[in-house]
Amino acid sequence: MQELKKKQNIFHYCKIEKNFVLLNDKLIISEDKSILFSEFSKILYQQIKLNYPKFFKMDDLSKLALITSEYLLTNYFKKTKKPNDISIILSNKSSSLNTDKEFQKTIGNKDNYFPSPSLFVYTLPNISIGEICIRHKFTGENIFFISENFNSKLINEYASSIIKNGQNSIVLCGWVDFNKDNFKAFMYIASDNYLNKITTNYVDQLFK
Amino acid sequence: MSSIYISSNNIISSLGFNTKENIHKIKKGVSGIKFHRNFGYMYEYTAKVEEEILNKKFGRIGANNNYTKLEKMMILSLNDTISKSPFPITKHTALIISTTKGNIDLLDLINSKLDSERVYLTKLGEVVKKFFKFYNDPIIICNACVSGVLGITVAKKLIKNKNYKNAFVVAGDIVSNFTLSGFKSLQAISEKPCSPYSKDRNGISLGEAAVSVAISSKINSKNIAEIIGEGESNDANHISGPSRNGEGLYKSITKALNMACLSGNEIEYICAHGTATIYNDEMEAQAFTRLNMQNIPLNSLKGYFGHTLGAAGLLETIIATKSMNNNYLYKSYGFNKIGLTLPLNIIKKNQKKNLSIILKTASGFGGSNVAILIKKCKN
Amino acid sequence: MKELKEELKNKIIKELNLGHLSVQDISDNDPLFKEGLGLDSIDALELIVMLDKDYGIKLNDPIEAKKVFESIENLASYINKNRLR
Repeated sequence: MQELKKKQNIFHYCKIEKNFVLLNDKLIISEDKSILFSEFSKILYQQIKLNYPKFFKMDDLSKLALITSEYLLTNYFKKTKKPNDISIILSNKSSSLNTDKEFQKTIGNKDNYFPSPSLFVYTLPNISIGEICIRHKFTGENIFFISENFNSKLINEYASSIIKNGQNSIVLCGWVDFNKDNFKAFMYIASDNYLNKITTNYVDQLFK
Repeated sequence: MSSIYISSNNIISSLGFNTKENIHKIKKGVSGIKFHRNFGYMYEYTAKVEEEILNKKFGRIGANNNYTKLEKMMILSLNDTISKSPFPITKHTALIISTTKGNIDLLDLINSKLDSERVYLTKLGEVVKKFFKFYNDPIIICNACVSGVLGITVAKKLIKNKNYKNAFVVAGDIVSNFTLSGFKSLQAISEKPCSPYSKDRNGISLGEAAVSVAISSKINSKNIAEIIGEGESNDANHISGPSRNGEGLYKSITKALNMACLSGNEIEYICAHGTATIYNDEMEAQAFTRLNMQNIPLNSLKGYFGHTLGAAGLLETIIATKSMNNNYLYKSYGFNKIGLTLPLNIIKKNQKKNLSIILKTASGFGGSNVAILIKKCKN
Repeated sequence: MKELKEELKNKIIKELNLGHLSVQDISDNDPLFKEGLGLDSIDALELIVMLDKDYGIKLNDPIEAKKVFESIENLASYINKNRLR
């Protein structure tokens, strides 16, 4: 139990799934499963007092990524001094597929061909990282990986490499996926301290 | 030893089906950008891989009906690279795949024989892994137009960290209705073949390519380049437009130089990103000038290949490496009169130059910027 | 013209994802770009698509576009003059 408590102090994470928000093991939001993401995201936006109009222009994937990071980082920076810079490693299975399909609708019919620029700019999953960077002025390293399942091993290895290189002391890591109506975000902070004490098994358990 | 080495390699593009063919065409001053009728009704300048030749060559190693165009390109390229590699595939070998949109053309094909699930990049990865019987699941990078260079930097990080002993990196993207329409909606497609850094430049020409390299930390006579430093930085400015003062690119190059313990004036040639949009090329001029690199011979290779998106960074790294090893600079194809507020030393014609340390940069949507430093091998 | 302006305000809110605003929040003469609504270059491109799709107008000149997109008033006048649909 003591060991678990120790880990809880080191490991900072936020998980958002249909339709709840879990921040460091504490359930801070729980809404009816029937409400759509458009409604759910508005609830979260207001609850966390985001006050960032650009949010409404984002596609669902970027909204989900931004909100998750907002919960995580706001809480994390209460206890830790905000570093000059952080790196970001995110991943998912579906890339930007939901938005890709929305964009495809604007070009699929030759007789009703009106490609939408505001949809097209979101047809890359790393844009979600870009939005987080713009919000916080983070100018560190970024990368977006695609995998069938959340790959804590790869992400930890990569984060470890960034931290060892001395590029950044903390790395925002995780998974943010949007596939049709289903969504799941799981983000955590990797730091030197964390990497030495948290196993990928522990992370995987929390991800489930 | 924190360096890694690139050895065997292959390029499949509008200029040919192996690296040698591509270099030969570039030296002759041939561009792969042509006026094509795309997807039945769009007439644009694009650089495409000859489908008939692709199918003929692929037909020798696999069944054409079971693979998408991009998969055939990637597999054919990797096949060449693996066959010439100084190391075999083992359980310590990483498979790294870089792409921006993968098999996105499948969204368009209503009657595709292939399962619609194939549009998932994980499926693309599975297909490539299975073909060569890699032990490990592929590491798939989907990070806009820097994905190609990231393939190299990811390999370097994971090998240095001792997670793998070596890696095969394959990067590829196709010209699709999806990307062509998308860039058109952004008014980013040039009506004529692209002219990087030029006064009359007005956008990109899309191209397609699949490119692959073998990477390891071991010194070997087949090594063609040593990657001695890298740097990455986000602009944190706008999701589809670069920062006006090139902050992210500036930081990336600075990080790379620091890692390699070099100063900017030791760089002998810059193979830049040069997409030929008004904003990208101007941003690069800002960044390079801030680093006092405005006199270093510089080109963009996109006049030859078009903008090959996820493949671009790796494709252009190989060409730049060949350039370095041949002690030869290729002209920045498509360049006419300079159109930057701060001038750069654009290579106007092919010329000999002794080269041993060069810089490759890439920038992409989402504010990404990556820089790598490439050094000539002693062998 | 009044109906068109109302229609445009509704379209802008919907198509440019300004869900936090209502029609009453947008005045006829407020600047649309930079200050005012704070629209950006992507929004300008999306408005160009809207002009083509909904009104049959092809606006290609970026200098003319800047003037047209200055305010709802300008946009409505322009559409009134040039619409094919």
